[in-house]
Order: sequence, then C-alpha cells, then structure tokens
Amino acid sequence: MPSNETLTLTVQRFHPQRQPNTLSMSYTVPKTKTLLQALTHIKRTQDPTLTFNAGCNASVCGSCAVRVNGREVLACAYTPQEGDLIEPLRYATVLKDLVVDASHTTTLNARAHNASHGHKEEMQSIDAAHAITRQSDCILCSACYSACPVLAVNSDFLGPFALTRSWRYIADSREADTSSIMQSIQTNGIWDCTLCGECTTVCPQHIDPKNDIMMLQGKAGILGYTNPKFGGGMSFDGGFGTPDFGVPSF
Amino acid sequence: MLDILIVGAGGAGLTAALEAHRAGAKVAILSKSYPTRSQTAMAQGGINAVLTPSDSIEHHIADTLQSAHDLASIEAITQLCQGAPKAINWLGSLGMPFSRDTQEGVAQRRLGGASAPRACYAQDYTGLKLIHTLYDQVIEAGIPLYHEHFLLNCIVEENHILGITALDIRTSTVKAIAAKSVILATGGYSKLYGDFSTNAQGATGDGIAAALRAGARISDIEFVQFHPTALASSSILISESARGAGGLLIDGEGKRFVDELAPRDVVARAIYEAIERTGRAYLDIRHLGEAYIEEHLPQERKLAQLYEGVDCVHALIPIKPAAHYTMGGIEVDAQGMSAVRGLFAVGECANAHIHGANRLGGNSLLELVVFGRDTARHALTFAQKSTPPNANDTQFQKDSAFIHACFHRFTNQIDFYEKQTFLSKIAYRNAGLFRNEMHLKGVLGVVRQIQKELPFMGVKDKLSTYNTNLVEFLEFGNIIELAEVLLVGAINRIESRGAHYRSDYPQSHPHFAHPTISWKEQGVLCNAFE
Ligand SMILES: Cc1cc2nc3c(=O)[nH]c(=O)nc-3n(C[C@H](O)[C@H](O)[C@H](O)COP(=O)(O)OP(=O)(O)OC[C@H]3O[C@@H](n4cnc5c(N)ncnc54)[C@H](O)[C@@H]3O)c2cc1C
Ligand code: SF4
Ligand code: SF4
Ligand code: FES
Repeated sequence: MPSNETLTLTVQRFHPQRQPNTLSMSYTVPKTKTLLQALTHIKRTQDPTLTFNAGCNASVCGSCAVRVNGREVLACAYTPQEGDLIEPLRYATVLKDLVVDASHTTTLNARAHNASHGHKEEMQSIDAAHAITRQSDCILCSACYSACPVLAVNSDFLGPFALTRSWRYIADSREADTSSIMQSIQTNGIWDCTLCGECTTVCPQHIDPKNDIMMLQGKAGILGYTNPKFGGGMSFDGGFGTPDFGVPSF
Repeated sequence: MLDILIVGAGGAGLTAALEAHRAGAKVAILSKSYPTRSQTAMAQGGINAVLTPSDSIEHHIADTLQSAHDLASIEAITQLCQGAPKAINWLGSLGMPFSRDTQEGVAQRRLGGASAPRACYAQDYTGLKLIHTLYDQVIEAGIPLYHEHFLLNCIVEENHILGITALDIRTSTVKAIAAKSVILATGGYSKLYGDFSTNAQGATGDGIAAALRAGARISDIEFVQFHPTALASSSILISESARGAGGLLIDGEGKRFVDELAPRDVVARAIYEAIERTGRAYLDIRHLGEAYIEEHLPQERKLAQLYEGVDCVHALIPIKPAAHYTMGGIEVDAQGMSAVRGLFAVGECANAHIHGANRLGGNSLLELVVFGRDTARHALTFAQKSTPPNANDTQFQKDSAFIHACFHRFTNQIDFYEKQTFLSKIAYRNAGLFRNEMHLKGVLGVVRQIQKELPFMGVKDKLSTYNTNLVEFLEFGNIIELAEVLLVGAINRIESRGAHYRSDYPQSHPHFAHPTISWKEQGVLCNAFE
C-alpha cells in the first residue's frame, strides 16, 4: 500500500524452470535512496527468490544495470519512484529475473581486438591523456547496448561499448599499431550505427559512444576504409555531421 | 591438465594470469562474477611506486614498515617496493591510462602515511582502469575464463593440491576442476561487517576459508582496517582526498576533535568515539567552495547527494568509520605458496607480511601487480616439477552432497539474512575499532552458536537456476568460519597494535610482535603466535 514511507515497485520476473516462465510481481517497500537498496530489502525480507546482480554499490562495477520504465539505469544510482516497472536489460539472454548473461561484454571486446597491441612510446602529454579519459571510464554495464535500436534488427552489431573501447585504443597516442582493431570494426561495426545517440543518453559514466563512433568513421575514412552501405568512397566530412570534440592528432 | 588454475579475477588474479600465460603456462581463470566486477574496480586513490629522484625506495620501505607496526617482513616489503617502478612500467606497457604530469610522465599524489607524492593514479578511477586494462589483455591473449563459478573447496591429497570444486552458479551444479597448481586471488573479508563496510558485496573471504579447510595456515585475521570517512547511512567511501584538501571533522556538537591528517586508525577511532559521545560525526568541506569541490571532489559531492541527501557545498556530510581492508589472509612463503603444496595465494586474500598491523593506502594495488606476477612464475615452476598423488572424487562427492543438503535437508527454520545482519552489527560494535575481552567473548559465543545453527538455515529459493540465495548462504558460511578465527585472534592478542585496539590493553607488547597463525586440526581451530 503506497504511503509517504513506502512505494510499490513492479518487477518483471523470469524463471526458465517455472510455468509460466514470465510474471510481473509487485512489492511494497520502504522508501530507499537507491533501487538496489529496495531490491536488497525485498530479497532479504520478503522474497529470497528475487534475483539481481550487484557488487560495488558505487557505480563502478557495472553489475546492476536494469531498465526502469523502459530506460536503462544503474540500480545503485537510481532513486526509485512510486509505480516503477523494473525489467532486465535487452539483447542479452535473461538467465533469471533481472540477471542477464553478460558474457557478450567479453566476446564483443574480443571480436574488436580491443586491447593495447604494443606501444611506440610510454610518455604521454596531459592533453593526449585527456583524449582517452572519458572512454576509459567505461564500467561495461551494458546499458548502452540495451538501449541501442540497431541491436533490435542486427544482433551481430558490435554495439556502443565495444566501439567506444575501440576508439579508446585507437585514439591513444602511445599505441604503435591499432590496425587490427580498425580492421575488425568495419563489418557489423562503425558503419552500422545510425548515430541516433540513445547510447549516449543512457550511459551512467557520461561517455558518448555516438561521438566516438563518428570519430572512428572519420579515422577510417582517413585510412581509406569506406562505408560499404554507400558503395563508393566516403570521406570523414561526407555527411555524418561533425564530431563535437576536436580531432586529436593521430 | 591445467598448469595453473587462478581463482579470483581481480587485479591479483588477472595479473597472475597474464604472467603465467606469457611464461607459457596452460592457465585458466575462475571467478564468482565477471572480472571487471571485482572489488579492484573500486580503488580510487592510486598505486604506490617511487618514480622520481625526489623520492626514494628506502623511504617507501620505511613508510610501509612504520605503518605495519613490527608485524611485517622487511624482505617482503623490500621486494614490493623495489618491484614497484617496474610494475608501473609494465602496466603502462599494457596501456594503463594513468593521469599525466606536465613532464608527460605518470602523475603522482600523496596519500596518507606517505612521505612523498608516490601514488600513481588515473583520476579517481585507478582500480577501474587497472582492471579493465588487464582484462582487455586477458581477452586478447585468449585465456580461458569460467565466469560465475563459485569456489567451494580445494581438492587436496597428502597435503598436495590437485584442483578445486566449484559451484556453477547458473545451474547450481558442482564441478571438479583439476590443476597442477592453484592460485587463490579471491580478495578480503571486510563484508564480515556487512553494511558497516566500504567493500563490494562479494568480499566474504571465500578463498581464505577454503584454504583453512584445506589445511593451509591463515594469519593475522584480527587485523581489519577501518576507513575513517564512510557515509553514515550507506558506508560508501568518501576518499581521503577530501581531508587532504582541508576537510574538517566535526562532532555532533559542532566541535573539531582530532587532527584530520593523523594515521587512519587514529582518525577512525576518534570518529567512532565522537559518534558515541555526541551522536554524530561530520565531514565539513563547505569552506573549500563550490568551484573547488566541482573541480576536485565531484564524485564525493555526487555520492553525498545520492546517499545522504546533502549537498556538501552547503551542508555537513554525515560519516562513520567502516571496515575497508583486511590485512589478514592465507599465510604464504616468499614464493607465495601456502602450507598446502601447490596452493598459492596473492592479493588481499594472502598475507605476504607487507601490511602488518595496518595497510598503507596505495600499497595493496601494488601488491597485486608485483606479487601477482612473481606468484605466477613460482606456481608454474611448481607445476612443472611436482609429481602429484593420485586424485579421487571424495571432495567432489562431499561438496555435491552438501549443495544437495542446502536445498533439501537444511530445515530453513532460521533466516540466515537476519543472522548476518545481527552478526555484522555486533561485530562492528564489539570486534571493530574498539575491542575488549568481555565483548569479544560475547561475539565469539554468538558466532559459535550460529555455526551450530547453520543446518537450521539453508535456502528458501529451491530452484537450481542462478540461485543467488544459495550463493549468499555459502558466503555467509565462509564469513561465519572466518569470524571465529578473527575473534579468537583478537581475544588472544592481549595488546594494541595498529588497527587492532584493545581498550583493556591499550599498549603494544613486544611479546606479540609476531603474526597470529591459525589452522584447523580435525576441524578444530588452533591458534599460535609465531
Ligand atoms: C572503496 C575502496 C577503495 C580502495 N582504494 C584503494 C587504493 O586507492 N589503492 C590501493 O592500493 N588499494 C585500494 N583499495 C584496496 C584494493 O582495492 C583491494 O585490496 C584490491 O583491489 C584487492 O584485489 P584482489 O585482486 O586481491 O581481490 P578483488 O579485486 O577483491 O577480487 C577478488 C576476486 O575473487 C573472486 N572471488 C571471490 N570469492 C570467490 C569464490 N568463492 N569463487 C570464485 N571467485 C571468487 C571475485 O569474483 C573477484 O574476481 C580500495 C578498496 C576499496 C573497497
Ligand atoms: S548512436 Fe549508434 S551505437 Fe549508439 S545507440 Fe544509436 S545506433 Fe546504437
Ligand atoms: S559506454 Fe557507458 S553505458 Fe555503455 S557499457 Fe560503458 S559505462 Fe555502460
Ligand atoms: S553495484 Fe556496481 S555499478 Fe551498481
């Protein structure tokens, strides 16, 4: 019963071993600062079967992303409101309730070869370090991936967090050779993004994958890659708009 | 068969895996979550290393020794501090995005207890960027990973490691995984203090408890570092930099009560006392001004707003001390090996006698990297040379039966979540910052009672798919096992030293300038100072 001290939350539940396997359940909980506190309260005092993931409580481990009323949030950073509907992230297999199979965070980064492949130098200026600061704030929460409309039609799309990480390495002034990364993001990668900006809107770390993808497209153009969708050559300033950050020196 | 199985995928586990892979070992990593969800991601302050001529390795050694209060090994500390510059270079070579100074080198700042700006950092995200950098390399190297597998026990024959048993969390099935050597890198046990801890949820000492059950020796479990400034209602960490920048500590009557920059344990106890005396304690950074706070402490402002509903530009931040780092762990030799042959340990779950009675900020991330790499090499050497005894499936059968019992035999008349909450409260109040014999014995009595009651607990969620109710019950079992060790250690150590403060014995005594060693014989806990 909603009152000044409590609120009612509805959780979209899933259990492969039950019939029916999906079910909406409502819980009345004391008002809490974070959704994670509310979920923990439910599990500890009302329903120990309610299943969700959490780790740090402090927005750095990326465990707790869910959708609230259709929008991706970190449960540990979102203050719940009366009537909220809590659902699991999209485009990943739901294992149980709010828990999804998060192994795509590993496989997509593997596909893009997102790692350092050796350095040409160890020193780096403050400005050059700034160029990759935001991108390396990613906590792999997968909120952006769940928000990306392209995944609804193309499940092979690399998606925003992997591409942001590609840019994090390609834009790193110390890197000696990022060609394998650039090569691996051409198919189902940078050219498949519609630049809708949904990923940017939901990222709890204020990362801008859309802009990073534009930067990658620009860099790809310089390196002679072309957008297969346009058949012919496509240069950086060919119509995708100009990125809002300055182009770093490559 | 695997040469090395690494259990735990925080900074220590991933470093060891990369080095083992480089050295040609057949290696795999197992963790109860995903690597980037490890607690290492939470570290903000930095990682210590002497990089410039204005600082010296001797000073790094001296600072570390002093903080350890005669409970550390000078050889181990020397190895750590000498290995530090190389560790930073190695991280740099993997692409670690350190913050930079004007000379294009790695930026460094001063943390509490350090005689120079020695902590290399990446904004307030040092641990986050560290773990992601390492994990990107692990992925690229193609090292096999077992995600969401919970270590149950070590498989040991004739005091020789043969592998481990683990619960596949997705299906609740028990698996046995064979390996010639095993490295435990499972982190600390600060969550013994439940909501009175800054730690991530999984910091339940699983690896230490498993090692103890396997016949290894564990040590100094009573030494727990409390961070002075956690948020009062959530125990979320407010970094030391707030005090470093001039933040003041104020009691419930609006008065200052301690030198804000005194050592962590001193400040933490003073805050605890101020709360006892006046009901509250606060961190005051209002005088720093909005511009400064936005530029240098934005994270602190955000957290105080979310969790306490206060804007620290205009209001006081309510705080309390909270369990932050556990110095105790699996007793290891200079090679990182425990008393069980082939069972190694590294990181917060190990006691390599670096931190002694009190850890210095920035030294634990360093330990992960320096000893992570060394331990991997020693584990590989062991794997190549050893001739293991024959394996059998006794442990696997035992653990399968146990999981079955958790579902079907344990009676569920007592709610373990309630017991856990109760334990964390009395541990915080009686076996936390201030301890005395009577209170410690009281908590020990409760812990032993809870141990007896475990069969009357169990899981309420009876289905096998992704059962976190079961995982949390197993974690609680480990916490209860270690709580006994912590209490017995704290009762027997009739002195005060670093983080262990006995109000009935407020002085240090040379007789106790030795580690507390604990082990089990036929399931019975034994304890000695060595
Ligand atoms: C808020 C905070 C800030 C900190 N800041 C700093 C700092 O600035 N500098 C510094 O040096 N130190 C800092 N520390 C301490 C430091 O972060 C930790 O000591 C260190 O990260 C521990 O690393 P680890 O690899 O040993 O373990 P963890 O990072 O804790 O990883 C443990 C791993 O083991 C796995 N695991 C645990 N149990 C099991 C099981 N049963 N089965 C399978 N896998 C299991 C986990 O999933 C995880 O992968 C901080 C700590 C906290 C909490
Ligand atoms: S901008 Fe691109 S990556 Fe981001 S949500 Fe839209 S389509 Fe997906
Ligand atoms: S880019 Fe942002 S939303 Fe996407 S995974 Fe990283 S932190 Fe999460
Ligand atoms: S619990 Fe770690 S990000 Fe929310």
